[in-house]
Amino acid sequence: MADMDEFRDMFFVECDELLEVLATGLRQIEQPGFDVETVHAVFRAVHSVKGGAAAFGLTTLVTFAHRFETVLDLVRSDRLDVTPQIMALLHRCSDCLTDLVGTARSGRETDQTQVEGLMTELAALIDTDTPEETAFEFTPISLDFDTPLSFDPIPPPAAGLLVQMTPTFQLYRSGNDPLALLNALRKLGEADVHLDCDAVALLEDWSPEQPGLSWQVRLSGTATQPDVMSVFEFVEDCCALSIRPLTVDDLPPPAAEPVAVLADVAPVAEVVRETPSAAPPRAVQQADNPQAAPTIRVALDRVDRLMNMIGELVIKEAMLSQVIQTAGLHEQPDVIAGLDAIRQLASDIQESVMAIRAQPLKLVFQRMHRILREAADATGKPVRMITIGEQTEVDKTMIERLVEPLTHMIRNSVDHGLEDSVTRQRRGKPQEGTITLSAAHRSGRVQIEVSDDGGGINRAKVRQIAEDRGLVAPGANLSPAEIDQLLFLPGFSSKDEVSALSGRGVGLDVVRREIMGLGGRVMIQSTEGQGTTFSIALPLTLAVVEGMLIQLGDQTMVLPITAVQETLRPESTMLHGVGHGSQLLSNRGELIPIIDLCTSFGVTQPAGGPDTGVLIVVETDSRKRAAFRVDAIFDQRQVVIKSLEQNYGRVPGVSAATILGDGKIALIIDPEEILLSMSNDQGRRMAAMASNG
Amino acid sequence: MLQSISHNSVGKSDVVAFKLADQDFCIDIGLVREIRGWTPTTMLPHAPDYVKGVINLRGSVVTVVDLSARLGFGAATPSHRHVVIIAMHAGRIVGLLADLVSDILPINDDHIQAVPDIASNPAREFIVGMITLEDGRILRKIDLAQLLPAAHGVDA
Repeated sequence: MADMDEFRDMFFVECDELLEVLATGLRQIEQPGFDVETVHAVFRAVHSVKGGAAAFGLTTLVTFAHRFETVLDLVRSDRLDVTPQIMALLHRCSDCLTDLVGTARSGRETDQTQVEGLMTELAALIDTDTPEETAFEFTPISLDFDTPLSFDPIPPPAAGLLVQMTPTFQLYRSGNDPLALLNALRKLGEADVHLDCDAVALLEDWSPEQPGLSWQVRLSGTATQPDVMSVFEFVEDCCALSIRPLTVDDLPPPAAEPVAVLADVAPVAEVVRETPSAAPPRAVQQADNPQAAPTIRVALDRVDRLMNMIGELVIKEAMLSQVIQTAGLHEQPDVIAGLDAIRQLASDIQESVMAIRAQPLKLVFQRMHRILREAADATGKPVRMITIGEQTEVDKTMIERLVEPLTHMIRNSVDHGLEDSVTRQRRGKPQEGTITLSAAHRSGRVQIEVSDDGGGINRAKVRQIAEDRGLVAPGANLSPAEIDQLLFLPGFSSKDEVSALSGRGVGLDVVRREIMGLGGRVMIQSTEGQGTTFSIALPLTLAVVEGMLIQLGDQTMVLPITAVQETLRPESTMLHGVGHGSQLLSNRGELIPIIDLCTSFGVTQPAGGPDTGVLIVVETDSRKRAAFRVDAIFDQRQVVIKSLEQNYGRVPGVSAATILGDGKIALIIDPEEILLSMSNDQGRRMAAMASNG
Repeated sequence: MLQSISHNSVGKSDVVAFKLADQDFCIDIGLVREIRGWTPTTMLPHAPDYVKGVINLRGSVVTVVDLSARLGFGAATPSHRHVVIIAMHAGRIVGLLADLVSDILPINDDHIQAVPDIASNPAREFIVGMITLEDGRILRKIDLAQLLPAAHGVDA
């Protein structure tokens, strides 16, 4: 059943939203003076997950959600105090629910021991606090404006009218809509609507002439019988109607398991969805927040296709402008104006599409709360996390690829950054450690920071470890910043004992590689005794890079502008040979190694010798500097990044490719990798010398 | 997917025949996307000598393999008369540089003979079968999977 699959997908997408509401809500409940509405929102989130899960027969999920919901209901009705222990349990339940949804989605096996453990813990709460679980307050089904079925936690009204309407087949045939009638009833007062579909026959026996649907509306307020009659004025003859005053006995039908009813009508599962916001009359609510812009869900590949086409447009535009140049038309004002307009439009479209792909970092930050909780549990250090700027938007692809590095950094901060509480107390810090996760846009880049208020980097120790592992020569002259950089070396792990948490053989080098893969850089700042801050600077998009077009022999290549510090045509007095083949540039008192890019890439060099050409001083993310020798610099422009790995593979020293105005491909240089390979060469040479001597 | 279509027809398949150093070769037509004229490539540093470089195929970066060099005939000096056969293999697009494309021919699978034991020759490992045509020509059927090693370049 294709439709069912579609509903299933929708359910899981909704689950993601609901689980986010749940996680956010739980954190808000932890804050002093939380809003009661938050508890309701949390309860409803779990309830909706349960409702949807029941429709798809996800039994484990339903059972767990039901138990979870019962406990939340105790909290909601003030029968259970929100102690830190309870909160911790609720958080774990929320994590477990997330896992269950995840396993249900992927069809994997669930971790029964975890689920059962939590179920027992939850059951203990229910048993001690309310002897009978049946006392749990049921939720009447209410019908609202555009979400026909929804659960309403508002208690049933005590007085009013009970309207029972059973439309006959004629009502439908005459084109009347029961929803319109129900809406009209809502206007008379607060309405609780219950759909009675017991009379609906099975599909094989069902006849359109016997619809079998019946609605029971409990109307509270001042509405009188004639008011209600007037609603049905035009449909009196085709709708069985009974109206009587509401009595105390008219509590909603025993809907202890309202979900079961819904499960029976699974084909309408699409409408079994709860509005995450409270307040029943939706129309009023919409009038209240006109700023809530309508949204649509679009498959990512459609946006990607659009992005690719815009890339093509930018290339074609460059081609066109080249043709115009060659044809000698570039002096004509209208041609230039037209071309400029196209260029402007292309860049506007590009920005708009990038905005479509942009997503708030909240999606990643949310997940970090859980990582932090787990890390805190594993290390036994009390930690709280502050997130700042989670609305900062970055490209969707980046969001996904940030999860792993950030996870690692959070764990690293808890495990290695923060001191244990005894040490903290001795140092006069609050026992609870603080980790701040912040994001902001800064000069065309996105800056993400993970800072802790721990002990800072113990540089003497870092140095010692690096020396022990042979990562640096003993007694090497290193600045504090250079020592900090040692943390990013592969194979570096500063904890004496391997911890289960972050000592899994992966170090910060992995973080750095991931971030570099995104075109970003990682930096460390640390103050002994006060804490460490890791900052990640990311480009806004992965699709375009600002580059300098350079010539190497007969090849054109692109050097990302972010790495370029300055360009210069050196005087011979500035160049100093060191040994055979190596050269240094002395620039304002600084000695910078010169790398001949023609040699690095194996391009045949044009006649002229090594002293011709231009030097480009680059600085990489690891603060290494070098001067690249190139034959000429052409231009500086935005280039669209094309993957080289898709059809070929990785090329050392090259990060990607792009297409130039003439339709030819140019490679985009990765300065970091070129410098790295250079220092590796030197390292190897030094190692070779050491082993010879 | 294309591959499976061409193999589905009972015992019959079409091949694209092309010339390389005066010898006739062919590959399964299901693998071929298009045939285009030679355009200058952008060189790839540190690539094997038989990788001519990359070209822009409507916005995709496509590697061009010099079949002549790959099969041991020596590097080709491409001119505008050379052709590039764009083929799809294992989800990757690759261009094969050949002298010229001669035919598209229907082949009965039972006409494909195994490669006789000839002296060790770089060409042998890339040829999966020989087909004798009615006019006496011999087509050497190329195995694209062998020709293109699983992953070019260096893995990080």
